[in-house]
Amino acid sequence: MFGRPLLRFVRSDTHINFMRGRFLGLATSAVLSLASVILFFHPGLTLGLDFKGGIVVEARTNGPADFGKIRTALAAHHIEAAGVQAFGSDNDVLIRLGADENTNTNAVIDQVRHAVTEAQPGATVVRADAVGASVSAELFRNGLLALGLSLVMILAYIWFRFEWEFALSAVITLVLDLTKTVGFLVLTHFEFDLVMVAAILTILGYSTNDKVVVYDRVRENLRRYRTMPLRELIDLSINETLNRTLGTSTTVFLAALPLAIFGGSSLSGFAWVMLFGIVVGTSSSIFIAAPLLLLLGEKRLRKDTKPAAPG
Amino acid sequence: MMYYSRAKLFSVIAACLAGLLLCVPNFVRKPAASIPWPQIHLGLDLRGGSYLLMQVDLSSLTHDRLQSLSDSARQSLLAAGLGYRDIALDTKQGQFSFRPRDPSEKDRDLKILSDMPRAVADEFTVAARPDGSIALTLSPDAMRTRAHEAVTQAIEIVRRRIDATGAVDPEITRQGEDRIIVELPGISDPEHIKSLLGTTARMTFRLVDETAPGATVAPPGDTMLPLTEAPGQTLAVRDHIDVDGADLVNAGATTDEQTGGWAVNFTLNSAGTRAFSAVTQANVGRRFAIVLDNKVIEAPVIRSAITGGNGIITGNFDARKATDLGLLLRAGALPVPLTVAEERSIGPSLGADSIRAGALSLLVGFLLVIVFMALFYGRFGWYANVALFANLVLMLAILSLFGATLTLPGMAGMLLTLGMAVDANILIVERIREELKRGRTPLAAMQAGFERATATILDSNATAFLAHVMLFVFGTGPVRGFALTITIGIATTLFSTLLLSRLLMVRWYALTRPSTLPV
Repeated sequence: MFGRPLLRFVRSDTHINFMRGRFLGLATSAVLSLASVILFFHPGLTLGLDFKGGIVVEARTNGPADFGKIRTALAAHHIEAAGVQAFGSDNDVLIRLGADENTNTNAVIDQVRHAVTEAQPGATVVRADAVGASVSAELFRNGLLALGLSLVMILAYIWFRFEWEFALSAVITLVLDLTKTVGFLVLTHFEFDLVMVAAILTILGYSTNDKVVVYDRVRENLRRYRTMPLRELIDLSINETLNRTLGTSTTVFLAALPLAIFGGSSLSGFAWVMLFGIVVGTSSSIFIAAPLLLLLGEKRLRKDTKPAAPG
Repeated sequence: MMYYSRAKLFSVIAACLAGLLLCVPNFVRKPAASIPWPQIHLGLDLRGGSYLLMQVDLSSLTHDRLQSLSDSARQSLLAAGLGYRDIALDTKQGQFSFRPRDPSEKDRDLKILSDMPRAVADEFTVAARPDGSIALTLSPDAMRTRAHEAVTQAIEIVRRRIDATGAVDPEITRQGEDRIIVELPGISDPEHIKSLLGTTARMTFRLVDETAPGATVAPPGDTMLPLTEAPGQTLAVRDHIDVDGADLVNAGATTDEQTGGWAVNFTLNSAGTRAFSAVTQANVGRRFAIVLDNKVIEAPVIRSAITGGNGIITGNFDARKATDLGLLLRAGALPVPLTVAEERSIGPSLGADSIRAGALSLLVGFLLVIVFMALFYGRFGWYANVALFANLVLMLAILSLFGATLTLPGMAGMLLTLGMAVDANILIVERIREELKRGRTPLAAMQAGFERATATILDSNATAFLAHVMLFVFGTGPVRGFALTITIGIATTLFSTLLLSRLLMVRWYALTRPSTLPV
């Protein structure tokens, strides 16, 4: 354990012909992404409080929560159409309210607080969030802006460090990753909020990182093996970096796993999306980003006998 | 690549020790007040508390300024014997316009308006419009300056009000042009503070118009104001302000000697005292209205001249209302109305749960990564683990040094950083393994491994860095904490892998001169 490694993912002389399955990989990815886009429009993302506006109050009651009483108390405070639901243990209640332009969320939230303590004496409000309609629209805009700008900057960076075929394949792959993550969010009903934007950005960062390592090796091999066909060369590069790809994705996966299990309501959704993104991001490096590079660069990259930009 | 100068060696070790030292204050009680004790602040989501995003209503500021400009314009025009019609205020455009009574008066109108005193240079421009009307337009610059000052002033008032409630460590910061963030650690039900901040608390003393008893429509120069104590009823109160609440120097809750109920007493400054004394002297037997935010609290009959500059307000208060009003009057009126646009409050129990959840995840995640590295990378894996520990220590140290705020997403960011950090070590070791396979000697293989992997490591970290800087810029609240820890984590990762773990590998090689490498 302190000397030689005890375990390896694949043997050093592994040579898997990944490019043989390139069309299958691309087709599978395209189908999944298309399905995700459809899911995005119907039924659509479950928008969280940050982006939808409204009120969420989380209360912990002394005994088992009595939903009927809470609903009655809310009605007595003229709060209608509130969603009262259980979550976590029997003692936890979640109250949700939508908001439109005219709702004074901040006054309503105090009413909800009063109603909860009236209905269940001894209950404590452990979390109360109110986001007005104007703020939520702005948060949404900023969230999308952060996503968009990150993609653009990643594109610019890879373009600057590599060549445009690399940058374009990377960004197309990232968009495919992104759509699948959105599909995952729709299917799992995790709320899409600012924390999810953070998760998606982290996935993008991780996924790019993964692609950069493979591309880095492709670039190096382009210089090392002047005559090897691009297809063979990409396969070689993936195989050479396979232990690293699997190793790193495993460590990130292992780091995110406890968050999904122990992270509590606020982080477990985030962590599950991360775990999904790690799997997608790792597989897309091999099955999407590399084949795309082959398609885009088959003519150009190999004909070019000049050495690529120094790295 | 395989040689560390003595200076470099010591600086790497010194940095790690400094990191350890900087972490200490987070775990040990501060021994003496005089020693600087930089600590990581826990975010509201971890310690419990409230976050309020207050929206400043700047349009009211423009409206008020236009109103007062149009009032003085009217007075100046009337004084010069000029007439006007169709006065219109446009708050959005920041202008008001009117039509001259007669087109021939246009030039004199323009001259009078242009000569009106300005609060700041170039505050407004006056121009004739093609349709024959005259418009006075506030300059955007002047409006911005005014808005900026108003928000600064509002922050000061907010701070005074919150301090008066005894809240511990409140943070009040400006956000953008028209927002104020109020963070209140430890206060998970901010209802009281919200009601304090939602009150403008502009108090004025004005005479009641006795000539219009029972009026429903305000006579000229008056405004019908609602009564606080009798909902639905209104009272004709003169627009002229006799004494302004800005002249108050002190106020506080007290008991009314006659009724035994709660009341608020106040003390005026010398200017206020003079004005109060003059108006009460001249109007004995008349009613004097105490107006708070355009509502009449009470309108007592002046029995005799009040010259001492002291007074008492006996609305129908309970203890809480009297205390609050005293507090609001002492702290001063807000120059602009504030509304709560976003509220997030977290109870202390949930915060404690989150700390536990975050710490447990961090511990388990850390251990899983360490075991993985030991199994898959052996001796070099352990060097990576040492670097990983140093990485964690350095992240905590930097966060403490800057007094940064640690949030629950921030803890998630730390954990993910640790997961990503070993990537650099994996890249190096895998590279060394490949170089050995190509037939290089251990020394050459390590050298090549470091060299080749470094470029890759820098490239892959640069992209992650870019993504999280974006998140920091556009994110808010806890999400920024996440972006911040990841960004700091990328820096500490580069240090701990490129310098520290490599140092360990190089020293090991130099000491043992092995013929084969444990890869």
